[in-house]
Amino acid sequence: MTNDTPVISCRNAWKLFGPNPQQYLKQMPQGHGYDDIRADGYIAGVKDVSVDVARGEMLVIMGLSGSGKSTLVRCFSRLHDITGGVIEVEGQDIMALPEKELIELRRSKMGMVFQSFGLLPHRTVLDNVAFPLEMRGQDRHARRKRALEVIKLVGLEGREEYFPRELSGGQQQRVGIARSLAIEPDIWFLDEPFSALDPLIRREMQDEFLRLQDLLGKTIVFITHDFDEALRLADRIAIMKDGAIEQCDTPDRIVLDPQTEYVRKFTEDIDKAHVVHVGALAGPMNGAAVEGEPVAGDKTVQQLARTLVNDPREMLPVADKSGAIIGVLERQKALDVLLGTD
Amino acid sequence: MADIATSIPSRRDGETRNWTLQIILALAIILTAAKPILPDFMVRLPEAWIPPTAEALDYFFNVIVIDTLRFNELTRWFAEGPLDFMLGFTANLLEGKHRWPFMEEPLPWSAIAAVAAVVGYYLGGWKMALLAGGTFLWTALMGQWSITMQTLSVLAVAAPMGFAIGLVAGIAAWKWKAFDNAIKPILAIMQTLPFYTYLLPAVIFFKVGPTAGAIATTIYATPPMILMTTIGLKKVSPEIVEAGKMSGASRWQMLTKVFIPSARTEILVGVNQVIMLCLAMVVLTAFIGMPGLGGKLLAMMNSFKLGRSLEIGITIVLVAIMLDQMSKKWVTKLPEHFEKGTPWYVRHKFSVLAVVSFVVFLVLAQFIDILQEVGRRQSLSVGREIDGVIKGFLALDLVQSITYGIRYVLNVWVLIPFRDMLLWIPTPAFILFVVAFAYAVGGKRPAIFAAAFFSLVAFSGWWDRSVITLYSVLAAVFLSMLFGIPLGIFASRSEKWSNRILLACDTAQTFPSFIYLLPAIMLFGITDTTVVLSIVIFTMVPLTRYTIEGLRNVPPEMTEAADMSGATRWQKLINVQMPIAMPTLAVGFNQAIMFAFFMVIIAAFIGTQDLGQELQRTLAGTDLGKNFVLGINVSLMALTFDLAIISWANRRKKALGL
Repeated sequence: MTNDTPVISCRNAWKLFGPNPQQYLKQMPQGHGYDDIRADGYIAGVKDVSVDVARGEMLVIMGLSGSGKSTLVRCFSRLHDITGGVIEVEGQDIMALPEKELIELRRSKMGMVFQSFGLLPHRTVLDNVAFPLEMRGQDRHARRKRALEVIKLVGLEGREEYFPRELSGGQQQRVGIARSLAIEPDIWFLDEPFSALDPLIRREMQDEFLRLQDLLGKTIVFITHDFDEALRLADRIAIMKDGAIEQCDTPDRIVLDPQTEYVRKFTEDIDKAHVVHVGALAGPMNGAAVEGEPVAGDKTVQQLARTLVNDPREMLPVADKSGAIIGVLERQKALDVLLGTD
Repeated sequence: MADIATSIPSRRDGETRNWTLQIILALAIILTAAKPILPDFMVRLPEAWIPPTAEALDYFFNVIVIDTLRFNELTRWFAEGPLDFMLGFTANLLEGKHRWPFMEEPLPWSAIAAVAAVVGYYLGGWKMALLAGGTFLWTALMGQWSITMQTLSVLAVAAPMGFAIGLVAGIAAWKWKAFDNAIKPILAIMQTLPFYTYLLPAVIFFKVGPTAGAIATTIYATPPMILMTTIGLKKVSPEIVEAGKMSGASRWQMLTKVFIPSARTEILVGVNQVIMLCLAMVVLTAFIGMPGLGGKLLAMMNSFKLGRSLEIGITIVLVAIMLDQMSKKWVTKLPEHFEKGTPWYVRHKFSVLAVVSFVVFLVLAQFIDILQEVGRRQSLSVGREIDGVIKGFLALDLVQSITYGIRYVLNVWVLIPFRDMLLWIPTPAFILFVVAFAYAVGGKRPAIFAAAFFSLVAFSGWWDRSVITLYSVLAAVFLSMLFGIPLGIFASRSEKWSNRILLACDTAQTFPSFIYLLPAIMLFGITDTTVVLSIVIFTMVPLTRYTIEGLRNVPPEMTEAADMSGATRWQKLINVQMPIAMPTLAVGFNQAIMFAFFMVIIAAFIGTQDLGQELQRTLAGTDLGKNFVLGINVSLMALTFDLAIISWANRRKKALGL
């Protein structure tokens, strides 16, 4: 992460569905809840959301169906026009963009993957992947070359001439991923990309996705309703309910310190030791004298279970990737997480 | 039906409904019973009260549209310019008229048949190849090549025009809600307007002959294309739309590269309907003197040459089945990939094959005359012999006594008394009866429409003829229910028979309506009974079909539940299957009525005394106003039933949670 301006900056964004949302939002009393709004005949798709997405970050938006996560991500790309608030992409207020510039933004900076793939049934794999390139008017030769590159990247080589219906679900989603990557987007939106797949394939696709992300390092907004998936992939998780973000934090913080009852319920059944990183548990040095071999901060408590149980020291130094000491870990605290005693 | 319909809303609601219904019915009955003492103007509207609608319309057309706006110059220009050119072009290729591109001879039949077989093979394998090639072979061998080509050369212009107009209008209706709202009622009227009403304006604005035929055909065939296009575009999945937008497609790119290709299936279904309606209409343009299959059939039927009529009828049916099957196969045909490195002549093997066979037969035909044209003498037509057989069959005492018996019973005991009864009812009472029906079946809105529509009919000045038209429709649909519904119930009992009868119905539905007159005329000659019976045959198709579909689609849990409750077959049918199938049956009933209105007008040329007869007479003149008034009358009556029955079916479906 760099300290640049955020790639996406969303401040007090509202998206209301109903007969006359703009008007309604203006005269709506402060502190009107989801149900109040509903009683007035409107649905709050996105309710006063403020969130930033930093460059190279993977933000996972998590929530049950109907919680507004898909709506929110569609507001980021202006597939939906927001009712109130501001959304800036690379410092540009996207609501102020004229149609032409909006199209240009999508053609050059954004890619999106859809839950049920959204492939064009009448086009081959190659033509589907080349579609965004065709839209920007690239010539046939150049788009073929680029499309073949991405198809190879997602491991579909040799299937270029197939039609979507001739492929399995997992393969179809690879096409969807390849298409979204064809223009080399800076921002990558993924709307429950693996939900329509079998559990086994889903796992495989998640690994594949992590591999691609390692390779490409994009800024990513990833939607899921699967908490395990969120924990596995996210730099930060935003948990949504009734259109609002309940909590937006790192996986460790979400698990260790749920801010609301709703979030706590979500984290209840999670085996925290698998999620929480030692680094997140470490306290500041405060001049404490720690000695001996440091433990790696980017390991989970589960991964360090043996050390934690066997080590005689009460306080353990914690090191980051480069080996520098970043804090100290109270062994008891880590053992509590490991044993599930809060 | 009334008690079912009223049981849906709350009980109180049902009671007021019952009350209103009873009052309307009581009024109608009192008015009917009081006929002898009613003043004359309550029995029939006096002539003096009838507004000069026809004259006003005539003025509108003649003075405003033609003289002032000079609209006809535009249409004449189109008729004599581009349209004539296109028709001349297809006519030159197919039947050898001397127009551009000035080919000496038309395309040889063998070349066309060969290409049709290849296209058939591509779309549906050997069976389709046989059907396509066989149809053209039969046509050539029967000596009907040139009349068939006359028909097809008009079809080849009218169908693409209908497709193009329908597509553009469909897109516009999908894009702009206001346009959609504006054309919806127009389309509803157009689909119930009798075809004669399309013919006369076509003749007046687009001059007599193939041009008028092509225009009338196009207008007639376009509405379903508009509807299918709109439906298809609306159905494109939101994710595909979003994927297109996120790919940075502009509006034009969205339409041409995302929406239209994704709506392919519905658009092609529209194409299928355009083709079939064009064929049905092109046959009917015989009434404005268009040569071709329809013209020949009409001439043969008029001179009672039944053998030749039968042969032409078979050709029309074959062409209809072929066009229908091929276009349906095209709908379901999905692209498949080729392995890498497949050479071009394998990728395009069917195009290559078609071109090669076309050229081969074209060349061969230069040397072998019979491949170019089957002459009169060489044809295998056995029309005269069949004529003899049919006449001999009809002359048999047994046959004669049976047909005479049916005719007598129907005419004397059923049809004429029913007609006279309807004619006897005073106009206001009649309207009230119709309103009561619409109210009981459809509710308030259909009842208001029924009152308005039938009052308009009364004020058009053609009341008696309208009632006679309605009588034929009701009598025929009633008879048709007596046969069609039991047949459907019987067929639905086994999978095998359901499929057989459904296939027969689907096939029969593709036949141009004109064909249905043939068997009726053969058996009963040119009489009133023939009119009713041809409608009966025509309307049995939808009735049977929807009965089967309704009964087959009853959820199996429900029939199983009935079985487990110990219901007998009859109890199951009456208490479980029929109530659930009712909405579907109602749709079939509605379609039967619409079909009947259509057929009764065509049957006019046999000699009826209804609106159709008058309509047909207008074709000879330039009475646009009268033609419109008559056509709209038919349309208004049909729409009254349509609104009431469809509203009932929809309400019922909702109530049953289907």
